[in-house]
Amino acid sequence: MTGNAAPAEAVPVSSRGPLDEESSEWLRCLSGTGRDARGNAEREQALARLHEMLLRVARAELLRRSRPVGVDGRELDDLAHQAADDALVAITSKLNRFRGDSRFTTWAYKFVILEVSAKLGRHYLRNAPVQAADDAWDRIPDRFGADPAQHAETRELAQALRRAVTESLSERQRRVFVAIIIAGVPLDALAAELGSTRNAIYKTMFDARRKIRAHLVAHGYLNSEGPGTS
Amino acid sequence: MSGWHALDQFLRTDPRDVGCEQAMQVLDIYVDAIVKDGAEATERRYPGVAAHLRACGPCGEDFAGLLAAVTGAASGA
Repeated sequence: MTGNAAPAEAVPVSSRGPLDEESSEWLRCLSGTGRDARGNAEREQALARLHEMLLRVARAELLRRSRPVGVDGRELDDLAHQAADDALVAITSKLNRFRGDSRFTTWAYKFVILEVSAKLGRHYLRNAPVQAADDAWDRIPDRFGADPAQHAETRELAQALRRAVTESLSERQRRVFVAIIIAGVPLDALAAELGSTRNAIYKTMFDARRKIRAHLVAHGYLNSEGPGTS
Repeated sequence: MSGWHALDQFLRTDPRDVGCEQAMQVLDIYVDAIVKDGAEATERRYPGVAAHLRACGPCGEDFAGLLAAVTGAASGA
């Protein structure tokens, strides 16, 4: 990230080999090779089977995340159908981009997992709880597990962090940091609200974390040491 | 763990972190590698992706969800 860009080898690099049998069969059926009646029927069957699998994964993923996001019942089922439908459209339109670096089903499930994330972000925006911003700063020590009985420590931590945010961050970094850390807005929801992307918001937060830490180190609150970190 | 220690841990950044875009591009490859070779070997092989998934809540959630789906823990497969 930023000036410390990761080396290319830090990311798995494609080493395309022959497809595994199952992935090859999915590709053959979904691409409807031959385009005859039998090919079309196979494709329809494969699409129906894939949709069923995507729907099952979407439901399970929404259930896994349901407690913190407050989605259940019919709403959960509607979101699961929307995620599976949109994932299926994305998969079929990008079928030629599947390189066989992973199993086909893993590649396909990634689409529905990302759809679930995006839909939960938008769901949060529609149902966001009203935040009391002033009180939120006072709750920051709790966010980092400070002992409420240690009044002096918790007060000092909150004040130092607030000062670092105010003095070291750009306006956009401050807005993003306050929304995510102080107000508790999920990163995906903030990205949707700002018309941005998860990657751009994360990079803003990444830079904000570095600057706040540097500020706290410079003012004697934190040590500068740390292996493999900045 | 004191509040200061937790805050320090949160603020520390890993220069190997590849960011959301690259991590999501290869998430399926990473998850299959974990299933095949185990988490430790995969994290050693792809430290930039591992660093990102540890630091980024949303990408970490997507990783956990995809791993659960693939291993059948979530899908009932």
